[in-house]
Amino acid sequence: MSEGVAGVVEPAPPNAPGGYAARGRRPLAHRAVWLGTAGVVALLVVLQVVPSTGLVNPDYLPPTTEILAALADRVQTPEFWVALGDTLLTWVTGLAISVVAGVVLGVVIGMVPFLREATASTIEFLRPVPSVALIPIAVLLWGTGMQATLLLVVYASFWQVLVQVLAGVQDVDPVASDTARSYRFSVLARVRTLVWPTALPYVMTGLRLGAAVALILTVTGEMLIGTPGIGKLLAVARESGAVPSMYALVVVTGLLGVAVNLLARALEHRALFWHPSVRGEVAA
Amino acid sequence: MTAAQATAPATAQAATRQATPRRTAWGVVRSVLYAVGLPLVLLAAWWVATADSESPFNPPLSEILATFGPTWFSGDSFADTRFVQDVLPSLGRLLVGYAIALVLGIGLGVLIGAVRPLRELAEPVLEFFRAIPPPVMVPVLMLFLGVGTSMRVFVIATGALWPILLNTVEGVRGLDPVLKDTARAFRFGRWGRVRRLMLPGASPQIVTGARQALSIAIILMVISEMFAARDGLGFSVVQFQRSFAVPEMWSGVIMLGLLGVLLSFVFRVATAAVLAWYHGYLRSQRGGA
Repeated sequence: MSEGVAGVVEPAPPNAPGGYAARGRRPLAHRAVWLGTAGVVALLVVLQVVPSTGLVNPDYLPPTTEILAALADRVQTPEFWVALGDTLLTWVTGLAISVVAGVVLGVVIGMVPFLREATASTIEFLRPVPSVALIPIAVLLWGTGMQATLLLVVYASFWQVLVQVLAGVQDVDPVASDTARSYRFSVLARVRTLVWPTALPYVMTGLRLGAAVALILTVTGEMLIGTPGIGKLLAVARESGAVPSMYALVVVTGLLGVAVNLLARALEHRALFWHPSVRGEVAA
Repeated sequence: MTAAQATAPATAQAATRQATPRRTAWGVVRSVLYAVGLPLVLLAAWWVATADSESPFNPPLSEILATFGPTWFSGDSFADTRFVQDVLPSLGRLLVGYAIALVLGIGLGVLIGAVRPLRELAEPVLEFFRAIPPPVMVPVLMLFLGVGTSMRVFVIATGALWPILLNTVEGVRGLDPVLKDTARAFRFGRWGRVRRLMLPGASPQIVTGARQALSIAIILMVISEMFAARDGLGFSVVQFQRSFAVPEMWSGVIMLGLLGVLLSFVFRVATAAVLAWYHGYLRSQRGGA
């Protein structure tokens, strides 16, 4: 089991970036911002020039300006904002269910050796089952409703959280655990003061991975099942041949993805302000 | 006399030898029981709960299992079965797309990770591309490539690329500077540094990325066929659903599940060898601390 997680667990021990990065960080960070902006601008220019010169059929890849114009059109329609709200609602609901269920079950299963052994094979078997395999079942059960997409979202992100929490609970220092026991900490006190702080970095990793996966499955469900949201708008734009609009929506999903990643990272940073992996960065 | 002398230690030895197997034999039985216990309970619960189900959406498990064989493995000849016609081609596209993603991802990742200005130039763009949910690339690539095999392979490759690429970049970037300086001091050539320092050093991260990429690739294999295709596993499953062939549909879901489990098992066996040194290193670190 630990093997399935080893690579994901953070911080990665052998080549974690150490204090070396600190040397001369300020001017280099400056350069990184500058170069990064240049990279984005270069990409936009290439995407503008390539279709305009006819290297790529502009019907398939409209120039950047056209995509941006379509995006500007879109954001002025109320249906866009309703769809964005739907997508975010499905995403956040699914993620919340997964995180709560994953943390509670992970802590319970992780703390009871019998449960851990008895569920290991089942978890290992169910986890790799692709959540999109459930699409037909979800459609039969709930049609195009939000529950159908939620099923996919929860199934996909739940395992991410659960597996991380299980790894986190197992990471509890045995000496600390024995100490807590000999001081007759109650189960709840042990969870609160020992298991939770140890597992929190893992929970945050699970949350970050789960958040990204949940967004993927939210959009997938909207595209394939027809649950209202950005993904559905995208599928409609494709069917009606509104190519620039389609690209604009792809850009929106990308921005949404970036926002989700940044949010998850910020949350991780905030929740783990006391953890060496975070404090090290600040101190350096 | 000599015979007795000879047998005495031999039996003692046999006794001790037997004692250990007996304990491990019990250990094996125990772990097998643990491994199959819950799955059996769950299957039994499913079986019982649906035994006389009249609901068209929840057919009895016995019916699903009975349709599994005929659905996938019946035909005039083996080559005519759905397994060969739909499942194997899907699997083939998955593997080709995944292989392209691996080669491109690791190749570009090493390059971008090793050349700092290049990395700083590319990082925001790559982060953006990674953040795009891969399924939205299906309609985009359909414009260029239609709904044929190349579109599906491409969708898988472009979706699986980002986790591999970004993890490789991260792995190469995070290499221990002492190791880098050592390789330089020993005048490793460029290729020597890639092969003996960067690839092994970044392999834990690369494997992490490859694992995420594999599950994304499976998702994309399925949905590229559900979205637009005339054949393939994903198409078959959706077809069953649309024609309300519910037991067949369930058998397709099970087939997909089994494929996912099989692929993740193969992946684990393959990467266990690549990362044997790393797990040993982690163990020694833990033991040493």
